Amino acid sequence: MTGTDWPLWEVFVRSRRGLSHTHAGSLHAPDAEMALRNARDLYTRRGEGVSIWVVPSTAITASSPDEKDPFFEPSADKPYRHPTFYDIPEGVQHL
Amino acid sequence: MTAALALGDDALVLSHRLGEWAGHAPVLEEEVALANIALDLLGQARVLLSLEGDEDELAYLREERAFRNVQLVEQPNGDFAHTIARQLYFSSYQELLYGQLASEGRSAFAPVAAKAVKEVAYHRDHAEHWTLRLGDGTPESNERMQRALDSLWRYTGELFEPVEALPVDWTALRDGWLTTVTDVVARATLTLPGGPQVGAWTAGAGRQGIHTEPFGRMLAEMQHLHRSHPGATW
Repeated sequence: MTGTDWPLWEVFVRSRRGLSHTHAGSLHAPDAEMALRNARDLYTRRGEGVSIWVVPSTAITASSPDEKDPFFEPSADKPYRHPTFYDIPEGVQHL
Repeated sequence: MTAALALGDDALVLSHRLGEWAGHAPVLEEEVALANIALDLLGQARVLLSLEGDEDELAYLREERAFRNVQLVEQPNGDFAHTIARQLYFSSYQELLYGQLASEGRSAFAPVAAKAVKEVAYHRDHAEHWTLRLGDGTPESNERMQRALDSLWRYTGELFEPVEALPVDWTALRDGWLTTVTDVVARATLTLPGGPQVGAWTAGAGRQGIHTEPFGRMLAEMQHLHRSHPGATW
């Protein structure tokens, strides 16, 4: 039994109610239930979370660094797409 | 014997045993899980031993015969299945015990029990999930898990020897424990050992300061630093 026999899981932790889950890291586990428990021990032991998702790493389709230019470059010079012309009401923190 | 020593020593000794897995666990994730459980237990031990006296003196300067932990928690880690069987037997017991103590508000142990029972529920959950996976896993993991349950079974009777001054219904505790453990073992396609729950000469012995051979060696290692460098801090 070694870690390399176990599939890799990506861990998403919601740090507070109202926020969305954010990627915390990855870990090895034999199945989803154990992955959830390992995630609890690895990523929430200092009070970081109220909810955890685990996702098999193989289920994630990622953009490739080779596609960086066609994917992301065209958006850099179009400031009108950014919602920078609004006044954000006072007290809104997580917009 | 005081109840604080009995419960505190249980937590301290099991914490040290689990800590021995650091650097040796089968996988990194499991090493962190076991260390987490060890730290929970160490926290409980500190509170409980402080009810009795100076925690460092009690942990590091007592002789073997002055320890009041049950013999189950001092048993060596063995293979991973042994550690899990020990965890299953002990955390199921501790969860029910702390549950009863937490609901008895007048007891001095109610506050620590109320906090610890949540930690211990996770320890039991961890042991339960591993028991299911090892029991219902490969033929080898099943065989090892069964061997571990069998060899530790004779240390389980001592858990239900009444501890003086603890407001606990020991019969209900024993019944609840047996129900929990029987259920997990059955779901794991394993067999609950049928033999006696006490050895011929060991009945209730840990609580009276009689310990098994491996305990002395464990204590020597645990106390070495403090005895060599009294009052050392880092």
